[in-house]
Amino acid sequence: MSISDSAFERMDTGSAGELATLDRKIVLATQSGLPVHERPFDLIAREVDANPELVKQRFNAMLDDGRIRRIGLVPNHYRLGYVANGMSVWDIDDADAQASGEMVGALDMVSHCYLRPRALPDWPYNLFAMVHGHYHEEVLDKVEQIAHKLGDKVRARDILFSTRILKKTGLRIS
Amino acid sequence: MDALDRQIINRYQGDFPIVDRPFLALAKELDISESEVMTRIRFMLDDGLLTRFGPLYNIDKMGGTFSLCAMQVPENKFDDVANKVNQFPEVAHNYERDNRLNMWFVIAAESEAELGETIEHIEQATGLEVLNFPKQREFYVNFRLSV
Repeated sequence: MSISDSAFERMDTGSAGELATLDRKIVLATQSGLPVHERPFDLIAREVDANPELVKQRFNAMLDDGRIRRIGLVPNHYRLGYVANGMSVWDIDDADAQASGEMVGALDMVSHCYLRPRALPDWPYNLFAMVHGHYHEEVLDKVEQIAHKLGDKVRARDILFSTRILKKTGLRIS
Repeated sequence: MDALDRQIINRYQGDFPIVDRPFLALAKELDISESEVMTRIRFMLDDGLLTRFGPLYNIDKMGGTFSLCAMQVPENKFDDVANKVNQFPEVAHNYERDNRLNMWFVIAAESEAELGETIEHIEQATGLEVLNFPKQREFYVNFRLSV
């Protein structure tokens, strides 16, 4: 995909603008990963033509404001045996949705948890939680546990398993 | 993958130290040499046990718009519709799911306007209605796989 410079253009000119330009260079240089090298941040600093101290500072700044979720190893969950995943969907009263979402998001095995609009009358569900497991039944068990925890907050629910990956491209910034 | 590899995976899905010699910091924690940590991580990357190593960017905060969309596609048209939908560069992921709404995809666009246009174009190309489920709130998850 391609994302415009809009996020960076929103920044002020002057030093904030310069930092935004540097951050953009850092993102482009590292979105496919950091080098496995004794001094990875030095290599990135050279690539973006900046001081290594400043580059480390920018990583910390991006972690602090949430532009970076985390830095580390990303395991291949299929290779580690987590081959089953189900999109659990829940119809929760709007008044309870925030608290329910926080509770579900905090559970083990939930990798994503979102509140989304319903598409009535066909689609009454507003809370989406992606649940992972080693096998199909484990995912169903986890979803039962979530249902139990939500109790009478649940007006309706369903679980959707993926039967085929039709397309999978990384989200990339250009 | 041995016990040490598992330890490395379990420990460093986040919190990679932002210091001059980060692998040395890891090595001290694990009580092995810096070169061994690096060799093991390289091996796991080459082998495909790790898909990547580095920062996980939150693309929502980088100036784009994303939405989850779904369609109800007649079975006999499914592959044809999948091809048409996948041809849009804005479509990032697309999954077949076992539901009446059997096609679920994520659209990544530069703006709300572009998102709306993409949805319209997909509807025109396929002759099917696209339901749009933009996220209204994201809940904090601290998801780590353990091995």
